[in-house]
Amino acid sequence: MLYREAGDFSSTYEKDGQTFPIKFDRWGYYVLLAVAFLVVPFLINDYWANAVFVPFLIYAIAALGLNILTGYCGQVSLGTGGFMAVGAYACYKLMTSFPDVSIFFHVLIAGGITAGVGVIFGLPSLRIKGFYLAVATLAAQFFLVWLFNKVPWFYNYSASGQISSPERTVFGIIVTGPNTDAWAKYMFCLIIAVLLAWIARNLTRGAVGRKWMAIRDMDIAAEIIGVNPLKAKLSAFAVSSFFIGVAGALFFSVYLGAVEVGEAFGIQKSFLVLFMIIIGGLGSIFGSFAGAAFMVLLPVLLKNILVGQLGWATDLAAHIEFMIVGGLIIGFLIMEPHGLAQLWRLAKEKLRLWPFPH
Amino acid sequence: MLDAGAEGYTTEDGRKIGGVLMEMKNITLRFGGVEAIKDISFDIREGEIRAIIGPNGAGKSSMLNVISGFYVPQQGEVWFRGEKRPQMKPYQVAAQGIARTFQNIALFEGMSVLDNIMTGRLTHMDAGIAAQALWWGKAQREEVANRAKVERVIDFLEIQHIRKTPVARLPYGLKKRVELARALAAEPMLLLLDEPMAGMNVEEKEDMSRFILDVNDEFGTTIALIEHDMGVVMDLSDRVVVMDYGKKIGDGTPDEVRSNQDVIDAYLGVAHD
Repeated sequence: MLYREAGDFSSTYEKDGQTFPIKFDRWGYYVLLAVAFLVVPFLINDYWANAVFVPFLIYAIAALGLNILTGYCGQVSLGTGGFMAVGAYACYKLMTSFPDVSIFFHVLIAGGITAGVGVIFGLPSLRIKGFYLAVATLAAQFFLVWLFNKVPWFYNYSASGQISSPERTVFGIIVTGPNTDAWAKYMFCLIIAVLLAWIARNLTRGAVGRKWMAIRDMDIAAEIIGVNPLKAKLSAFAVSSFFIGVAGALFFSVYLGAVEVGEAFGIQKSFLVLFMIIIGGLGSIFGSFAGAAFMVLLPVLLKNILVGQLGWATDLAAHIEFMIVGGLIIGFLIMEPHGLAQLWRLAKEKLRLWPFPH
Repeated sequence: MLDAGAEGYTTEDGRKIGGVLMEMKNITLRFGGVEAIKDISFDIREGEIRAIIGPNGAGKSSMLNVISGFYVPQQGEVWFRGEKRPQMKPYQVAAQGIARTFQNIALFEGMSVLDNIMTGRLTHMDAGIAAQALWWGKAQREEVANRAKVERVIDFLEIQHIRKTPVARLPYGLKKRVELARALAAEPMLLLLDEPMAGMNVEEKEDMSRFILDVNDEFGTTIALIEHDMGVVMDLSDRVVVMDYGKKIGDGTPDEVRSNQDVIDAYLGVAHD
């Protein structure tokens, strides 16, 4: 009915190339953004921020980053946790070394540092592909976690070996440390997430995105039509690591506050983010958000139902929760191997014809 | 013998062919102990349609891969536009203005037709990654300008209706056409076609032949093609190189090649009497 492009003619190539060509879609997203920016901050409390919104936004950024590398450029990476740790520790060092600078810049610079580290660990991708590359990035994961445990300079020689984020502000508003308001945490993460999602979309719809996808789909053909594989792969590693570094910085400074590297950024984090993009949909911005939402919200929802509604014991509920989430992941992948993004795409294609499919 | 002097020649149908665009000098290519190409020399002239033919395994595709920089010959020189070409990576060759299609379609299956053809323009796009990230200034202008060029190619090859279709959903014949579109979008000086008619029915072959002639005629693109369909080759091409077992056994106009005894022997076999 409303959802179709009939009568909605693009008269310029700018218009034809825009993100949401269908008017209804476009307005839907504007409304969503308006709610996220203007309504949620006034309603949010500590529980919703810490259990739902902040982890969702941070994981969405990490998933966007990994999706750029794996989904768009086709380079499998298991180093996500390690790169998040780089972002976290870079952010920590910056926060403690330059306390007067806004944390906003610290987070972005931490992303930049992670991008540099990502490029170095991306160098093997020029020679090796697929599973073998995954193993090489696994080396990055273990090496980086080991490094941050081993070298005391990274955690400012603290006795516990942990890093904890001091109180820092943006425009006078506290966004890190124990005295942070829920809405400030949420807004800080939301602004960065929206900004990065917009950047990811711009990159993937333009020339550099096409280079990445060409490398993913057929690297030899890509090289013969003029894609420099070195530049394309390393730029994907750089951009991807930037996103993941920002996510790591936020995860440490805003979300957890205090971090022990092996616990917060271990191999299970790499797998978690990889699951997110596989369930959400490889090569899709929407999929990164959908996958993050699925993996963050589902456990919370199940816990609420099992413990809150049915009154089960917490330990029993926790184990049942693992089984249900695992089962759902497998079920999803069997029904739709291309993830939530593909389901969404098919639903939209059907909607465009509804209610007159013939 | 047709007069192919330095300044070019005129074809039977009156097209003026220019000087040498690309020259292969004594190319030898080995894979371990196998000599795929043995000491072959030939030239490709500006504006001509040059065919490379030969039985299976004659080394035709290897020759095309040498031209596009994918294989590096052990001996011999490649001259392009009057200069000896140093050893180059394939993407550098593409930037010089050489585009190609592949024997087995090498489209990017995960992308739409439009995006696939846009990849052909990559050698013409150089906005920085920061500008692209913000979709600002040069990045946006470049995108629109190149889209306009791609749309011309889409019109030319009559594939407007599948512009936004994912390539994986297309039938074989259309895929071949999209691949040609991607190569054409690069506005190459030299277009290499590796079996453009393979696996097509008569009608599709006719379409493809028409497109090849039109490309040559309208854009003045020099074309080098490999093809097995003799009727097509003899009709389309101005000059033909014949290879067999890595050696050149004939070179000249279709008529000359057709009456060359070595060529006849290679294709029909030699009577042992």
